[in-house]
Amino acid sequence: MSETQELSLDDIESLAVGAWILGTGGGGSPYLGLLNMRQLYAAGHRVRLISPANLDATDTIAVVSNQGAPLVGQERLTDSRNVARAVSLMEEITGVQFQAIMSLEIGGGNAIQPLMAAAHLDRPVVDADCMGRAYPEAQMTSFAVGDLKPYPLTSIDPRGVESVVYKVPTWKWMERVSRKICTEYGSVAATCKAPRSGAEIKRWAIPYTTTKAIEIGSAVRNAQQLHHDPIEAILHVEPGKRLYSGKVTDVERRTTEGFLRGQVTLEGLDDSRGIPMQISFQNEWIVAWQDGTPRVTSPDLICVLNTDSGEAIGTETIRYGQRVSVIALPPPEVFLSVRGLELVGPSAFGYDIPYTSVFAS
Amino acid sequence: MRRIGIDVGGTNTDAVLIDNGEVLRAVKAPTSEDVTGGIIAALSALRAAPAGQGDVDSVMIGTTHFVNAIVQRRSLSPVGALRIGDPVSGSLMPFCDWPGDLAQIARGGVWSVGGGHEYDGRPILPLDEDAVREAAIQMRDQGLTAIAIASIFSPIDADHEQRAAFIISDEIPDAVITLSSDLGRIGLLERENVALLNAALSGLAIQTINAFEAALHQGGINAPLYITQNDGTVVEAATAIRFPVYSFASGATNSMRGAAYLSSIDDAIVVDVGGTTTDVGQLVSGFPRESNTVVEIGGVRTLFRMPELLSFGLGGGSHVCLDPLQVGPLSVGYQLIHDGLIFGGSQLTATDIAVAHGLLDLGNAELLRSINAGTQSAVLAECERLLEEAIDRVKTRAGDTPLIAVGGGAFLVPDQLRGVSDLHRVVHGDCANAVGAAIAQVSGEVDQIFRDLSRTEAIEQATKLATLRALEAGAAEDTLTTIETEDMPLSYLPGNSLRVRVRRVGDVTGS
Repeated sequence: MSETQELSLDDIESLAVGAWILGTGGGGSPYLGLLNMRQLYAAGHRVRLISPANLDATDTIAVVSNQGAPLVGQERLTDSRNVARAVSLMEEITGVQFQAIMSLEIGGGNAIQPLMAAAHLDRPVVDADCMGRAYPEAQMTSFAVGDLKPYPLTSIDPRGVESVVYKVPTWKWMERVSRKICTEYGSVAATCKAPRSGAEIKRWAIPYTTTKAIEIGSAVRNAQQLHHDPIEAILHVEPGKRLYSGKVTDVERRTTEGFLRGQVTLEGLDDSRGIPMQISFQNEWIVAWQDGTPRVTSPDLICVLNTDSGEAIGTETIRYGQRVSVIALPPPEVFLSVRGLELVGPSAFGYDIPYTSVFAS
Repeated sequence: MRRIGIDVGGTNTDAVLIDNGEVLRAVKAPTSEDVTGGIIAALSALRAAPAGQGDVDSVMIGTTHFVNAIVQRRSLSPVGALRIGDPVSGSLMPFCDWPGDLAQIARGGVWSVGGGHEYDGRPILPLDEDAVREAAIQMRDQGLTAIAIASIFSPIDADHEQRAAFIISDEIPDAVITLSSDLGRIGLLERENVALLNAALSGLAIQTINAFEAALHQGGINAPLYITQNDGTVVEAATAIRFPVYSFASGATNSMRGAAYLSSIDDAIVVDVGGTTTDVGQLVSGFPRESNTVVEIGGVRTLFRMPELLSFGLGGGSHVCLDPLQVGPLSVGYQLIHDGLIFGGSQLTATDIAVAHGLLDLGNAELLRSINAGTQSAVLAECERLLEEAIDRVKTRAGDTPLIAVGGGAFLVPDQLRGVSDLHRVVHGDCANAVGAAIAQVSGEVDQIFRDLSRTEAIEQATKLATLRALEAGAAEDTLTTIETEDMPLSYLPGNSLRVRVRRVGDVTGS
């Protein structure tokens, strides 16, 4: 293992803004993770980033995430020591020593989790994840597409409760069992997923998503400072498409099977006047419709942003009257396979429609 | 029912006397440095005429004194902060996201003990009472008497906060203790921040409200004192002393309530055009719509009962620039009488344009001859555009809405606006804030998670609780009405979890 690059606190501030945008409506706000990082940096900790290309095939990498209900996370605040402990526990039970730590999910608060563990354990963070955004379930990853081994998993509650899911036959089983443990903890858990080899990361991880989030966040923060159009700034650093700009005229929410589902309706402003847009969500934005026809679906990233600030708006907080711009970002290649679309295409969320992309050439 | 309403603003202290719903007399006096001087002056002006004399049943005061103390970082007490929840949330302690200068003044010390609850009411750990007592002894030794307590999920179960307060009172008999569960909503840091701000203001609150009482006494008024709150209701002075944060937004809120009252319209958008800024808010059932999101106060993130307001830089004193055309956000403010063109000054303002256009008779219109009709129309069209944009942003429903225009700069609001069905201007509109104070009612609010109940059952339970709280606050039961019901399903939680908010209001008993 070689070349790493130290992240500045300013990079991490940008990461928080960019990760929230890549959260595509879900993933939870990175704010509390950012507060942890500000404290760790003030205490002298530093985090280094390593490109997946610079990993050795034989390296072992920890994949981390915080699991649970966003609302619980507003009271049981994320604590950098918990995710670090989840990684250490994984080392204890498997006897391996991790060379680096990586995020399960770059979208939302989980983008910061590996940085917190890395600060305590002094390992680099891999510039990659396995969703490229946020998704609601454990099997919605590039590792599941690659059919990589889903176990073991460690799960931490700071009261001294430490659990290991030793073996499961499928990712879906991992989701079911680990979710049960999380619920028993109080619907929040710091977790370390199945260890990955450097070779597996190189083959199956979605590369460079950490720097992507930093670039997006930095573009938005600069635009805010200079009073430039932040949406334009994002499209300047990302090959995305502006889909719509309008005003929220209706929000309808319900929870089923523990997920927040619903639909928002937007009425167009400026160039988008005329046909309203509906966006369906299951924790994250999944399908954008116009005239009853899908215009774009997962795995394309649908990002709903505050038109003025360029910051992301979550499915839990969007409300009537907000001025929003909708952009689409291209999906990770790995989800465009048959298996990928099975896991994260519209049918995985109960929509009997084909994958519709605005990036199809 | 005869009431006096007083609004202590940054510039003026307004007072009105209302008898059976009719405004008998309205006066203004400059706000004084010590606040009470302005109140005494306003009261004596009010009482000077026969219409303003005679007994009153109650006095309602609204003040921006407390929020100004936070913004200006003055008169704050050092706070002993107790967090209950250890080892959960342990890396983010009280004051962790405060601006450094404010934390420096307000942070007396931070203690963390075991306890707190889960979202479903199970304890995270039993309350570590020995640790609470040990913390209390250390607080006492450091001379701290302003104490704030925040426990995880205390809006679900406040038992640990209450028990800890009991232990601290035992060790520090003169402690003034704020419980986060009395103030805030779900969101530990934001709720704790509200409790910390409240505790930091506890000394000032006692001093200020006692001074209000003294000012009334001095003015020969022997009637109960109520203090107006962020949500447009009032509480007795004895309760208000405990919760100064609840009066943070009372100026804007009272204006909106007053506008509703004076126009007899309960559902409308209100624009309050001042000298420098315009506040736009929405009235729902006669009350300002509450904000559901984080509101920053003096740089501190909070989440509690605050009105949703949109403020932007348009007012009577707004600078007008002609090339390129721009109105505001810079303003001459109270210097209008020196700097405006109509007063012989050199700064073109929105008021000058209004005078030139014949909307208003003020100063010397002769000085405006160089401003041609085309320029006047262009500037007024720009004001119209700004107002239309703001009104549209504040709306929560599609379609046209009634609009009530109040404030000294209301002449900038045109009779016809896009998205507005009808415009109302009201008599005493420049004292709408004091009228809003005078007519205020009392309320009870619930914001809680309900599990395994149907939506109807959960709302029913929440309504019962809100009724109880309103009665405790002094409402007359037969006047209670529900002004707000909101429910929100929650993700990733087992069972059927529903967060419900209900607010009920009623008239003050005996008035």
